[in-house]
Amino acid sequence: MLPQEHTPETVTESSAGRQERVSPVKLAAVQYVIVGVLLILAAGLWRLQVLNGDDYRLLAEANRVHKVPILAPRGKLLDREGRLLVDNYSSVACYLLREQIRNPDAEMRMIADGLHLSLDQVQETVEHFRYSPKYQPIPLKADITPDEQAFIEAHRNELPELELLEEQRRLYPRDGFAAHVIGYVGEISEQDLALPKYAFYEPGDVVGKSGVEQAYDSLLRGVDGSRDLIVNSHGREIGRLGEELAQPGKDLRLTIDLDVQMAAEKALEGKNGAIVAMDPHTGEILAMVSRPIFDPNQFAVRLTQAYWKGIITDPEHPLLNKAIQAQLAPGSTFKIIMSVAGLEQGIAQTEHVNCSGGIDLYGHFYHCDAHHGGVDIDHAIPWSCDVFYYVLAQRLGIDTIARYASSFGLGQKTGVDLPEEASGTMPSSSWKMKTFHQQWYAGETISVGIGQGAIAATPLQMARALGGIASGGALKRPHVVFEDEVPQDQREAYRESFPGSGDRNVPIAPGVWQTVTEGMAAVTTTGTAAGVHLEGIDFAGKTGTAQVMSHDALARSGRGKKTEPNSWFVGIAPRRNPDIVVAVLWENGNWGKNAATLAAQVIETFVEKQRKHSGNLLVAKAPPSAPAGLGTGASFEPSVPPEPVRDDEVNKAAPKPTARVVQPLAVPPMRDGSAAKVPGPAGL
Amino acid sequence: MFRTKFRDFDWLLLGLVLLMSIVSVVEIYSATLHTKFHGFHSRQVLFLLAGLLVMFAVSMADYHKLIEWVPWAYGVSIMSLLAVLVAGQKVLGARRWIRLPSGIHFQPSEWVKLVLIVAMARFLWGLVGRELDGREIGKGFALVGLPMLLVLKQPDLGTSLTYVPILLIGLLLGGITWKRAAFILLTFVVLLGGIWKSGKVLKPYQKARLTSFRHPEDDPKGSGYQVRQSLIAVGSGGVFGKGATKGTQTQGDFLPIPYTDFIFAALCEEHGFIGAALVLFVYFLILLRLVQNAQAAADPPGTFLIMGVTAVILFQIAVNIGMVVGLMPVTGIPLPLLSYGGSSVIFTFFALGIVMNVRMGRFVN
Repeated sequence: MLPQEHTPETVTESSAGRQERVSPVKLAAVQYVIVGVLLILAAGLWRLQVLNGDDYRLLAEANRVHKVPILAPRGKLLDREGRLLVDNYSSVACYLLREQIRNPDAEMRMIADGLHLSLDQVQETVEHFRYSPKYQPIPLKADITPDEQAFIEAHRNELPELELLEEQRRLYPRDGFAAHVIGYVGEISEQDLALPKYAFYEPGDVVGKSGVEQAYDSLLRGVDGSRDLIVNSHGREIGRLGEELAQPGKDLRLTIDLDVQMAAEKALEGKNGAIVAMDPHTGEILAMVSRPIFDPNQFAVRLTQAYWKGIITDPEHPLLNKAIQAQLAPGSTFKIIMSVAGLEQGIAQTEHVNCSGGIDLYGHFYHCDAHHGGVDIDHAIPWSCDVFYYVLAQRLGIDTIARYASSFGLGQKTGVDLPEEASGTMPSSSWKMKTFHQQWYAGETISVGIGQGAIAATPLQMARALGGIASGGALKRPHVVFEDEVPQDQREAYRESFPGSGDRNVPIAPGVWQTVTEGMAAVTTTGTAAGVHLEGIDFAGKTGTAQVMSHDALARSGRGKKTEPNSWFVGIAPRRNPDIVVAVLWENGNWGKNAATLAAQVIETFVEKQRKHSGNLLVAKAPPSAPAGLGTGASFEPSVPPEPVRDDEVNKAAPKPTARVVQPLAVPPMRDGSAAKVPGPAGL
Repeated sequence: MFRTKFRDFDWLLLGLVLLMSIVSVVEIYSATLHTKFHGFHSRQVLFLLAGLLVMFAVSMADYHKLIEWVPWAYGVSIMSLLAVLVAGQKVLGARRWIRLPSGIHFQPSEWVKLVLIVAMARFLWGLVGRELDGREIGKGFALVGLPMLLVLKQPDLGTSLTYVPILLIGLLLGGITWKRAAFILLTFVVLLGGIWKSGKVLKPYQKARLTSFRHPEDDPKGSGYQVRQSLIAVGSGGVFGKGATKGTQTQGDFLPIPYTDFIFAALCEEHGFIGAALVLFVYFLILLRLVQNAQAAADPPGTFLIMGVTAVILFQIAVNIGMVVGLMPVTGIPLPLLSYGGSSVIFTFFALGIVMNVRMGRFVN
C-alpha cells in the first residue's frame, strides 16, 4: 500500500472561509469503487487465462495452423506387360479461399477476368460449394496457364483469396484409346456424395467416374497428406509446423494387352459397335473397344459445356461401353448355345431338316438366308441354317433353351470388374409371366432359336459363353485388372462389388464339345465366314446377322443404313480350349462375316504375338482333346502331351478323341428329363 | 521557489507512470513487429517525451488560472466539435479528426474531456458544502450533455461515453441525495431502453457492437470477430503467457489493432495472467495515488480536478480491459498509458500535469 500521506487540514480550513472540504467519505468510497472495478477485471482475466486457458490455446492453434492438403498422385494404369496406359502430369490449379474475400462483387469480376472465366462460372462454383465449411479452399480453375498464374502472383495483395496449388492430373491416351475400359475422372458430384460408398469423400474430390477409374477408385486414389502451415489472419504463410506425406495411389496392371487392344481399336475404326477379346482360361480381358469414342482428356481438366452436350446428345451414346452395356439380339452366335442344348438333350444329333429358304411353323413363315437343302448338326453350325434351329428350338422348348443359356451366363451380369454392366435378357415362360404377366407363345420360341426376339446379350456375355463352351464348359469371371493387384484383404470385397455369374463350370459331354467346336472351325473354312479363313491359324467362330427390324417392318419402311442388321462374330483360337475369344459387334454392319474379318484381325495379332514370344513359328499345341471344363479335379489325368504339329497341319489335324475314357460327367441338370415338363409347342 | 515546488512534485506517481510507459513501448514494439506499423514504438517514445514536457509545463502554472479560463476553452471546444462535424476527416464512416495545416491530425473530442473536467470543477466550486438542487443538477447535465451529443453525432459512441464519469463524479462529490440519484438513474434506464428499442439514435453497427460481446460466436466474421479474437488472445496466454513477440494472435494479425484498443489483449497473450495482473496492480497504485492527492488538495476545485481525472482514467481502464476480457462491448476507447496514440498520450499527461499542479499547490496560501 501507499504510504499514508498526512493531509494538512489546518491549511485547508484556514483557506478562503466560504470553502469547505470535499467529504472524505466520498473519496474513500471512490477508492472502494476502484478496488471493486479492478477486482472484477482481474476476475475476468482469471476466468479466461487460468480457468479456460487450455480451451483458448486450442482455438488459437486452430486459428494460426492451416492444414493444406498434399494431394496424393493417382495410381498409373499399365497394360499386362507393364506398358504405360494412363499417366499423371503436374499442373497448377487455382483455389479460392472464401474467408479472404472482402468485396465479393468487385473481386469476383476481377477473378473472372484474370482467369478467363465468365462471372457466371465463378459464381456457379461458389454456389456449388456453399455448404462446405468456409475455411475449405474450393477449386476455381484447374490446369491454369502461365499467364493466369502470373495474374494471380501479381495480385497477391488485392486478391489474397486466390491460392495456387500444384496437383497431379490425369493424362489419358490420345484419341480415346481404350477410353471405355479406362474411364475417366472428375469432381465428385453432389448426388454421389450422398451415397454411402462415398461417405469419406469431400466436395471437390476427384473420383473415377467410369471404367477402371471408377471401379478401382479406392486403390487408385491413395491417401492425401497434409502440410501444417502457420498463417496470419490473411491466410498468408508465415511459418511451417510439419507435414504428413501423401500416400500415392496404387499403380494398377490391367489385363489389357496393348497390342491386341491396338488391333481391336484399328479394326473398329470408323464403325459403331464393340470388340472384346478375352483369355477364356482365366477371364482376363485382353482388349475392349467401344465405338463411337469420347476423349477422356476432355473430362480430366475442365469439361466444356459444348463437349458435354455433344457427348450427351449423340444418338450413338459415346459414353456407353457397348462391350458390356449394349444389350442386343446376338443373332446366330446364339446358335452355338442352341447346339450345345440340343446335343446335350440328345435331340440335335438326330435332327435332319430340309431347308428350302424357310419353314412354316404355327402358321407363320420363318425365313432362312439360303436354300441349304439337307442339313444336320455338323452343317447347321457352319452354314448357320435357320431352319435347323427353328425346328430345334421348337423341339427343345423355351424353358430348356433358357436353362442352358442361363447356365452359360445369358440374362445375368458376368461380374466383370467394371461399373454399370448390363445383364441382358434371356426370355423364358416365367420371365414373360413376371415381366408382362402373359403366357409364353410357342411361336416366340422359334425366333429365340436363332438369337432373335426378346433375347438380348452383351458382346462380353457372348464372348464368355462361347469361349466357355469351347473350353468345355469352363466359364470364367471376366476381369480387366489382375486379381493379385488388389490387396489380399480387399479381394473379397471387390469381387462382391461386381456381382454376376462369375467362375462356373458347366459340364459338357466331350462328344458335344467336339461336335460344336468342329462346327465352329468349319465356319471359317467352309461356312458363313469362309472368306476370312486365317491360313496357319486354328481360327474358329460363329457369325451372327441380327435383324434390327423384322422382315415385315423392313418391307414397309425400305432399306437404309440404320436398318442394316447388326453384324456379330464370336471367334476363338484355337478351336478347343482357346487362348483367346473375340466377340465383335458391328452395329448395322450387315452380314456376320463382316464382323468376322474384324475378329480375324484381332486374333491374327494375338497369335502372331504369341508365336513371337514362344520363339518359333510353330503352333505349340494341337487342338486339345479334353475340355478344360472338366475342372482341375483328380478325375482328370493329363494325357500325354501331344506332339507339336506343324503350323499348316493344324487345320487338317482332325481332332482324335483319345482312347482314354473320360470320367463320366456329372449329369447336367438339364439332362434330367425335364424336357417332358417343359411346355412344348404341342402343349400350346 | 522552483526547488520548493518540485520537492512536492509526485515523484512516486511519475515513477509508476514511467513504468507503464515502458510497458507500453515494449508491447507496442511487439504488437507491430510484423506489420506495416513497425516503428510505432519509437513514435510512442516521442509522444511520451512530448507528454512529459506537457505534464511539466502544466504542473508549473496555477490551476486556478485554468479554472478561470475554462469558459473560453469550453466555447472553443464546442466550436471545434461543430467544425469536426462540418469539415472533419471522414475515417471509417465517422468524422472525428481535424486535419491541421502542419499535417497533424487532431481529435478535438479527446481534449473536450480535459475541458469538461476543469469546467466541472469550476461549476462545483461555488456549490461545495451542501446538496445540489434540481436546477444545479440540470446545469451539470447540460454542461456535459452538450459536447456529448456533438461527439455522439460524429459518431463516436466510445469517446462520448468517457464524458459520463466526469458528470458522475461531479454529482457525487458535489453532493446529491440518494433519492435524486435513484430517480435520475431510473429515468436513464427507461430512456436508454426506449432509445434502444426505437432504433433511431443508435446505428445498427453500434447496436451490434454493443451486444455481440455477449455471444461473439454468433457472428465470428462480423462484429463478433474482434471480441472473439481478443478472448482467444487473452485466454491462450494462460498463466505465464507466450513470451514477448511470441503471441500467435498478436503476431498473426488475428487480434485487431493490437497496438491501440486491444493492446491489453496483446499483453495478456504474451505475458499471461501474471503480466496482466501486475499491470492491473500498477493501475491500482496509480489510481489510489490519485485519490490520495485529491484528498491532499489545497481546496475543493483541486480535489474536483484530480477526481475528474481519476474518474476518466478508471472509466477508460474499466471499459477497455472489460472489452478485452469480454465483459464490455467494443467501444474503441484506448487504454490510458498503454495504448499507442498521440492524442491519448498527450491527454493523459496533460491530465497528470493538472494532478501534479494541484499537489504542488497543496501548501500554497
